[in-house]
Amino acid sequence: MGNFDVTLVFDHWDRYMDGFINTIQVSIIALIGSFILGAIIAIFRIAPFKPLNWFGTAYVEVIRNIPLLIVVFFFYLGLPSLGIALDGFVSGTLGLTVYTAAFIAEAIRAGIQAVPTGQSEAARATGLSYLQTMIHIILPQAIKIVLPAIGNQFINLVKNSSILAVVAGMDLMYYADLINSDTFLPLTVYTFVALFYLVLTVPLSYAVLYMERRFNIADNK
Amino acid sequence: MDFIGAYSIPNLTFILKGFLITLEVAFISIILSFLLGTLLGTLRYTRIPVVARLTAIVVDIIRNLPLLLIIFFMKIVLPQIGISMSPFWSTVVGLTLFEGAMISEIVRSGLNSIDKGQIEASRSSGLSYMQTFWNIILPQGLRRMSPPMVSQFISLLKDTSLAIIISLPEIMHNVQILGGQNFNYIIPALILAAALYFIVNYTLSIIARRLESKMH
Repeated sequence: MGNFDVTLVFDHWDRYMDGFINTIQVSIIALIGSFILGAIIAIFRIAPFKPLNWFGTAYVEVIRNIPLLIVVFFFYLGLPSLGIALDGFVSGTLGLTVYTAAFIAEAIRAGIQAVPTGQSEAARATGLSYLQTMIHIILPQAIKIVLPAIGNQFINLVKNSSILAVVAGMDLMYYADLINSDTFLPLTVYTFVALFYLVLTVPLSYAVLYMERRFNIADNK
Repeated sequence: MDFIGAYSIPNLTFILKGFLITLEVAFISIILSFLLGTLLGTLRYTRIPVVARLTAIVVDIIRNLPLLLIIFFMKIVLPQIGISMSPFWSTVVGLTLFEGAMISEIVRSGLNSIDKGQIEASRSSGLSYMQTFWNIILPQGLRRMSPPMVSQFISLLKDTSLAIIISLPEIMHNVQILGGQNFNYIIPALILAAALYFIVNYTLSIIARRLESKMH
């Protein structure tokens, strides 16, 4: 079959690597950003102050029910119409951050609420402050639920980062398009793109599975 | 921003026409991915030696790839090996493969959650393996799977927007065109698109929550 040419990956190694590294970069930056934003939203949702609850709930519900592309387009096409121009890489990363934060917020909230209320009551009764209770009693237990969930979000981020190709964001899919227009060998070009993604996502999936199993075993003891 | 200009009748019709295609693609893909997912999930559940293992590998590969790449593959790569599809069917097939793989995991864990004692009980009461699966395991499993299944359908509806990469004239494609005509239209158009997605998905998520609370 003249359609497949393995040497292509070596001929275009530099461009594959540029895209691959950008994909990793976007995923990591957006993971950190969405963890911080998600933690803030989660605190809003459980804080004893109604307007904050409403804001947190509205954020999560709206973002979770609209496509990532709308959020990315808001930064890439919407903001320039208001006089703020961002390039594809930056608007893609911001879009991914804002979008993923909603899912991470839910994971953190679920983790905290999974700890029985008796635990915080007991901790408060022994004289710990609210903050001490959170740090020493609630969060260490919540992490068992939160950590695998964040791992899953990281996998989603790596996959979703491909949306940068839609806004010329210099990721792996974007560079693949450039290589494809030079070589006209889409089968080869995109098979290698798939392999590059799998190199990232498969080990991450196994790591999440491992975490889930470990925490489950610890629970059943 | 120009809301009045953006929401003129021709523009609204244009966006709604796109949303109709979005819904059409989503509807067909939901049905097909449900069927594929149930089939694949059942194959993995049965533990038939080679088949179950092969299914697991294929499902894991698909689940770990970006959907955008899979849709692109259908439209750009398949013609090279003699399979040409319209943007509409490329999207449907891509979505079906990806979401079907996701749903198969839901089906598998749903089936696994049914107590093994039930299999033993129905086998010893004289039901065959097929009868046990069909009448005892599958109905209970499907009920347990329904909340995560609806969530997956919500993802599917959102994911149809990725078809913009192969120029399917769905809603986001039309929103982008409108924004290209007049950039004061882009934010109003995005807000309208968000509202349409939100209405459909929020309704679905309320259904999912109802299903969940019914079970407990």
